[in-house]
Parts: sequence; structure tokens; C-alpha cells
Amino acid sequence: MDGMTRVPVREQEPQVRAANFEEVCLGYNEKEAMEEAARCLNCKNAQCMKGCPVSIDIPAFIAQVKEGNFEEAYQIISESSALPAVCGRVCPQESQCEGKCIRGIKGDPVAIGKLERFVADWAREHGIQPKKAEKMNGHKVAVIGSGPAGLTCAGDLAKLGYEVTIFEALHEAGGVLVYGIPEFRLPKKEVVAAEVENVRSLGVKIETNVVIGKSVTIDELMEKEGFEAVFIGSGAGLPRFMGIPGEQAMGVFSANEFLTRNNLMKAFREDYDTVIRTGQKVIVVGGGNVAMDAARTAKRLGAEVHIVYRRGEEELPARREEIHHAKEEGIIFDLLQNPVEILTTEDGWVKGCRIIKMELGEPDESGRRSPVEIPGSEYEMEADTVIMSLGTSPNPLISSTTKGLDINRRKCIVAEEETGATSKEGVYAGGDAVTGAATVILAMGAGKAAAQGIHEFLSGKNA
Amino acid sequence: MYPIVRKKKLADKIYLMDVKAERVAKAALPGQFVIVKIDETGERIPLTICDYDASAGTVTIVIQAIGASTERMVELEEGEAFQDFVGPLGCASDLIYEDIEELKKKKIVFIAGGLGTAPVYPQVKWLHEHGVDCDVIMGARTKDLLIYVDEMKAVATNLYVTTDDGSYGFHGMGTNQLQELWDQGVRYDHCVAIGPMIMMKFVCKLTKELGIHTIVSMNPIMVDGTGMCGACRLMVGGEVKFACVDGPEFDGHLVDFDQAMKRQAQYKTEEGRALLRLQEGDTHHGGCGNCGGDR
Repeated sequence: MDGMTRVPVREQEPQVRAANFEEVCLGYNEKEAMEEAARCLNCKNAQCMKGCPVSIDIPAFIAQVKEGNFEEAYQIISESSALPAVCGRVCPQESQCEGKCIRGIKGDPVAIGKLERFVADWAREHGIQPKKAEKMNGHKVAVIGSGPAGLTCAGDLAKLGYEVTIFEALHEAGGVLVYGIPEFRLPKKEVVAAEVENVRSLGVKIETNVVIGKSVTIDELMEKEGFEAVFIGSGAGLPRFMGIPGEQAMGVFSANEFLTRNNLMKAFREDYDTVIRTGQKVIVVGGGNVAMDAARTAKRLGAEVHIVYRRGEEELPARREEIHHAKEEGIIFDLLQNPVEILTTEDGWVKGCRIIKMELGEPDESGRRSPVEIPGSEYEMEADTVIMSLGTSPNPLISSTTKGLDINRRKCIVAEEETGATSKEGVYAGGDAVTGAATVILAMGAGKAAAQGIHEFLSGKNA
Repeated sequence: MYPIVRKKKLADKIYLMDVKAERVAKAALPGQFVIVKIDETGERIPLTICDYDASAGTVTIVIQAIGASTERMVELEEGEAFQDFVGPLGCASDLIYEDIEELKKKKIVFIAGGLGTAPVYPQVKWLHEHGVDCDVIMGARTKDLLIYVDEMKAVATNLYVTTDDGSYGFHGMGTNQLQELWDQGVRYDHCVAIGPMIMMKFVCKLTKELGIHTIVSMNPIMVDGTGMCGACRLMVGGEVKFACVDGPEFDGHLVDFDQAMKRQAQYKTEEGRALLRLQEGDTHHGGCGNCGGDR
């Protein structure tokens, strides 16, 4: 071993995993983790940390892994991150910490994500939890949404001694980690539920089945229930559709619906009542991580799956690892193509798509080459199901029911990046509700910044 | 957990339940709905709120056993509990935002079909409590399926009960009754129709001819009920609307019912499968041609 190549991580064989919902990546064992950790150069001016939205002390935790001190490694990570077992699995490390790793200049960057995952899994298996605040400070904070932003904000505030209640609209805590990201990428019971439990162990209360804006408003929480500050981490919101003919046909779903049925409602399991349908052939429209998740889920439910995306391979917004895994599992990529109509049977079911081929034109103002239709290139592709994975637009439930909360032209909540402060005093926001659909770790970074912002606001108010 | 504090059988397979859910009871308004999930493996079932009592912290729902989860839900007894009960969801009925004096000038008729009678009741009651007169035409297939007759009698100005088979009240459907009243010279300028989609479709067809502004309450398939999944989308006046956040009430003359009814059937076979699995349990070994159990 010359230190240029990373220790390979074990995965389920593609043919095997394409037919089950077990986790694809099996992770490092102790020996592999220590071996990989030894590749870290322990840089004084650690570039990797600059790439981490929650600024984990990466060289310090890796140094502990190298020595086999896994509990110490865990405590170092949990000072900065409430959800290490999640981040180790779903962060786009290649463009963050690992993208900046000095090792990556000549060889493979250190597998920081896989090491983080190993440490978090090890801690969970050994019953180690993050350290709780020694003393409560008597201030009450409400957090709306139990996704990555909310859990992070709540965890950080609880560590500072705040009495935090998370309000979750769905029946289970975790937000996108539960309804969006599939089991085979992020096991729900073993990983997500355990991380939520860790946040609870810090003293955070979680009240499920509360839709803020409907069950109770932010103004009521502040005026009648004694919350001195509120963090809004309500997530991305309403699914987009294309607006093409046939889109209301039976068998056309948003990726949100398809994934929620499968992940949150566990439709893939025989013992759950909720149903899902895929048919024999599925077209997923879109090229992001959510499209990959929907495609790989449909594959596991037994369908032939095509991803139809209007730009090319290079432009696919999904993580490289997800694209690679999808291809290995037999997902067919039909790139530079776009549906123009959904074809239906007489009784209203999907029977296919009329698709037009595209080419990349001149770069537009954003510098991206925009796809242009090739006249006369239309053809028909058969399908039983079409899943639209085109992103989301913000949910107006909260912004429309909270006095004095500003939104921008895209209807996202306006919040300062450094503190999460909104136009309404005491109300902070972060994650997809502010930025539009982004990543788990960026939402966590925003939750973290807002926790600090709220802490400064409330301690200032106190003084 | 959300305990059932009262349970009453209304008709075959139709039960009323008062459920303790303080936040929902405090915030609920006529026209809104809740989503109920019996336990870990249950479906999220949207149900229109039929009544609410903020001081007791209870919400009244009416459940008809028609699928795997609802079959199990009606089995629950007083003292037992639903695991999840979330709401109130959707927008409240427009009526409650109107000026009471303006409402009093209107001639309002409610047309309720089958289970739709339950969500009509709180609206009629609300109007009655605010001194607004309104007539109610309510019907069911047959006498045994009629619900809320006495309760409705107490709050409606004129109550007309219909059965399709003539076993009780007017022999015919709500539309026939409305037509008959119209022919007798009774005039309405506002109609609220709640019931099966096919019924609402035909009410709207008639009221359009008669020129009566009509509101319907749509109950399509839903998952989250907060706008996230888009399963409940329908076309209203040529635009895509989500019943859960834009509705559930819409201008009935603008709703594309044919499409909505088709979408309602989307999971029919799959739901049938889940129900068979429940009814036949381990004794079901396929052969029904539906469930794939023999494949």
C-alpha cells in the first residue's frame, strides 16, 4: 500500500442489491477504518475542515480513529454534528471535505465520509451518546421540522441548555431522512431513528403530528405557549410538474409521493397497509439525487427503469456515487431527452411518453449550456409509470400564516446566512425552506448557524 | 396516542368516533379535515372533521370501513387509541369568512350524499348557531345507510331526506329532490354539495343549469396532507390544484370530475389486495387473479 489508494469499502453486489432494500454500502470494520485513517496527513492547515459546512475537526477525529480510540473520535465529531451516521452516508463529500483533501491531488482523498460513518456506527453499537448540557438555562425554543436543519439546530441549542421542542408535521421524526432518502442508502430504524434518539437524549422534546400554520401558528407559539424564539426548518415543499399534456393521468407520480409511500409508509413491505405501484416499466424524469433514489427504488420493486434527463451525463446534478450505483444496478440513462407528452390509454392510464431528443446549445448567462430541442426527433417510449423528479417549490403554509415573515420572489423565507435571522424578531430559518431544495449537510450547516444566532439573541435579551 | 372517548355505530360499517386531540380541537373550523393513522403499519387516512369541541379537546370523525386500514380502524373501541391524528388540514369553508348579514340574505342549500352527510353537519350547525337559515337535502342508497338524520333535523331550516330505493323519505337522489323543489318554485343561490364524486358531479351539472353557485368538498387520494406529495392534485378551472392545501372545497362548476374519479381508482387493485390480505390472512394463497400471491 503506497497511501495513494483508499481502503476499498465493501458493498452488496449490484445484482443482489437491485432486488432488496438492504443498505448498499456495508462500511468499514475497525481494521479497515484504522488503516484508512493512517492515510491522513494530519495537515496543520486542514483544508478538509474548510469544506465542511458544520466544521467538524476532521484531522482530530481521524487521528483518534488511527489509534483505535473510537469513542474519543465520536465525541469530537458530535461537538460539531448531530447526525454523523447520516452525514457519513449522504453528504456529497467529493465536493466538500474530500474534495479539498491534499491526498486527493495525487491519489485518492482520505475516505472521510466512510470514516465518519464508521465512528458513528461504532458509537451506536456501543451505546455511546453525545454529552448532555449540565444545566438548563430556562429559555424555551421551538423548532419547526425534524429534518436535518431542525435536528441540528435543536441538538446544538439543547447542548447550550435550552429547553427545545421540535414540532413535526408527519407522524415520524426525521423529515427528508425518513420520507425521502430510501432505506438502501440510509437505514431508517438502525441509523435515522438512532440519531433522532441521540437528539432526544440531549433533552429535546419532539411533538409529532403538528402542522405549524394549521394546528398552531408561530405567533401562537410565541404569544401563548411561551417560546422565546422559533427556528423554521420546514423543508422544501410542493413538488413541481412539467405542465405537459397527460400529466394528470393515472400512473404519473411526483417523486415525493413515490418515495414517501415507499420510505415513510413502507409500501415495499407486505405487512404495511400503504400501497405503491410501478408496473413493468418506469420512466423517471429528472437527473438529481431524488431522481436516482426514485429510480433505484422502482428497480427494487421489480421494474425496468429509465432515467430521462434533458441535459447530458456531465450535467446530471446527482452525486457521482449515486449515478454509479444506479448504473451498476441496471438503471438505463436516456440523456439529452425530454418528455413532451404523456400518452394514456382510453381509460386514463399511462402507456408511455412522447420524448424529444435534445442537444446542448450555447452557454447561457449562467454559463451552463442550455438544452435545445432537435426538431423532428420525437419518438415514443412505452411505460406503465412516470415519476416526475423536477424539484420542489416552497410550501406557503408557514409564510402565509406568520405575521411579518418576509419571503423572496421564489417564495422562500428570507433569512440571514450567518445567523438565520428572518424579518420577524425571534424567528430564525434555515435549510430548504430558505434556499430551496439543497443537501442534508447544507441544511445542517444552516441549523447550526441559526442555533448560534438564537443563542446570541436570547443571551443578549437576558443581559 | 389519541384515545377514542366515544364510539357510535351509525349504519352498517359506518362509525362515529370522538377522538381526544387537543391541538386539533382547538384550531379546527368547518370544512377542514384530519389525517388518521391507526398504528405503525396503517395507512394515513384523510377524514373530514364532522364536529369539534375545543373545551373537551375532542374531534368527531366518521369512518366507513372500505379498505384494509379503515376495516381495522372501526374495530377500535372506546378507550383504545389511534397512534396518529393530525390536523386540522386544508382550508376552512369559505362560508365562515363571509359577513353574517350577507349570509342571511342568501338562500343556501346543502346536498349531502352518504358519508358526506357527516362533514355537512358542522357547517349547517355553524350557520344555525350564527342565525343563518339553510336547507339540507341528504340522502343515501337505502334507509339503513342514512346517518345524522336527527342531528340534522335540529339545525336545518328544512330537511329533505332521500333514498335511492325509496325505503325512507323521498324516493330518488338529491338531484331529483332539488329539481322537484325548484319546480315547485323554491329558489337557491348558493349550494354546498358533499358526497361521493359521482354525486357531486351530477349535482354540479344540475346546479349549473339552474344557475346556483356550488361548492364541493373533494376527497381524493392523499399521503401527507400538507402539499408535499401531490397525490391529491386535480384540475380546477384548467389549473392544477392540490386538494390538501388549496382545498378541500372548490367551485364545483370548475372541477374536472371525470378526471378526478379516474384518479380515485388509481390504487384500487392494490387497495383490494391489502384488504384481501387482511380478511383472509394466512389463508389467502392467491388465485384471485388480483394480488399476485400465486405468481
